[in-house]
Amino acid sequence: MVTAEIRIELKHGVADPEGENTKKALELLGFKGIRSVRTVKVFEMDLDVPASEAAAVCEEMSRKLLANPVIQTFRVQLK
Amino acid sequence: MKVEEIKVCILRIEGTNCEQEAYDAFKVLGADPEKVHLKQLIGRAPRELRRDLDEYQVLMLPGGFSAGDYVRAGAIFAARMKSHLAADLENFIASGRPVLGICNGFQILVELGVLPSFDEIMSEAPQAALYTNVSGRFECRPSYLKHENHGKCVFTSLLPRGEIVTIPVAHAEGNLRFPSESEREFLMRLEENDQVVFRYVDPNGDYAGYPWCPSGAIGNIAGICNPEGNVLGMMPHPERAMFRYQHPDWTRTGGKPDAPGDGHIIFRSVLDHVSKRF
Repeated sequence: MVTAEIRIELKHGVADPEGENTKKALELLGFKGIRSVRTVKVFEMDLDVPASEAAAVCEEMSRKLLANPVIQTFRVQLK
Repeated sequence: MKVEEIKVCILRIEGTNCEQEAYDAFKVLGADPEKVHLKQLIGRAPRELRRDLDEYQVLMLPGGFSAGDYVRAGAIFAARMKSHLAADLENFIASGRPVLGICNGFQILVELGVLPSFDEIMSEAPQAALYTNVSGRFECRPSYLKHENHGKCVFTSLLPRGEIVTIPVAHAEGNLRFPSESEREFLMRLEENDQVVFRYVDPNGDYAGYPWCPSGAIGNIAGICNPEGNVLGMMPHPERAMFRYQHPDWTRTGGKPDAPGDGHIIFRSVLDHVSKRF
């Protein structure tokens, strides 16, 4: 079994309203020195595929469903 | 064909909403709508409930939060359609039959690669995104839409160009985006192909930012069609403005409460088109 982590991030230059709003709320709570907040989404999955194929499978999953290439990038990490 | 013979498939899965309003919109105009679960179209239902997309003349994807909007709004519904219904859907669109996606339906059409679909009926990967509103909020209120189509879109054929209609929005992810490196090119192609159908405007009819444009969508775009004009995706909900009494100002403007509202013309246009063409 392989455990894979797929990290979906917003492309550079795409605004992140959720991150912005979170930053604002944290500042209202008195936290100082927050330069920026970015939201990322992580899918962690256990796969019954040969370790040599796992990365390719995860990339295919990202292309077909997990990321929208217009606004997002993905990064696969096998554990 | 006669309007009463036009069969409309209102496609739903868990989490869609407004399918009843969509049903009523077509019904009140005399067509023959049916609420159909995706499983009925892909053979995963008892025999008597199975349906074939080919039996219908119009396909409508209603609003809502299909599959909980997990992953991204519309992504799961789109993946399910792509895995089992891609060929049927491509044939449906290629035959010129109309497809309407409202709100979540628009998000599904974008995730499917059916809009804006510059070069093919359904692209392998999405060419656009309906991303989180700039405000970061769910925006729910009437919006002013200017009709910008030059006559290609079959859903607005009866609506004069330049006319402003009031139709409510209710979404958190309506911010239309193109890949940043091809933003200009895509906007130009949309214009060249006459694919822009509605843009958000202020009460004077001028393009304006928030709150008039609730999402921050590129070019104030609220709705686009495919290059052939038979697939329309729009964020606002015309099925929620079928009658005057659904407009916020109806008690002040007089007239009969059940006179047609501003969304009426979209459903009338498409039924008019289908009855003439098929």
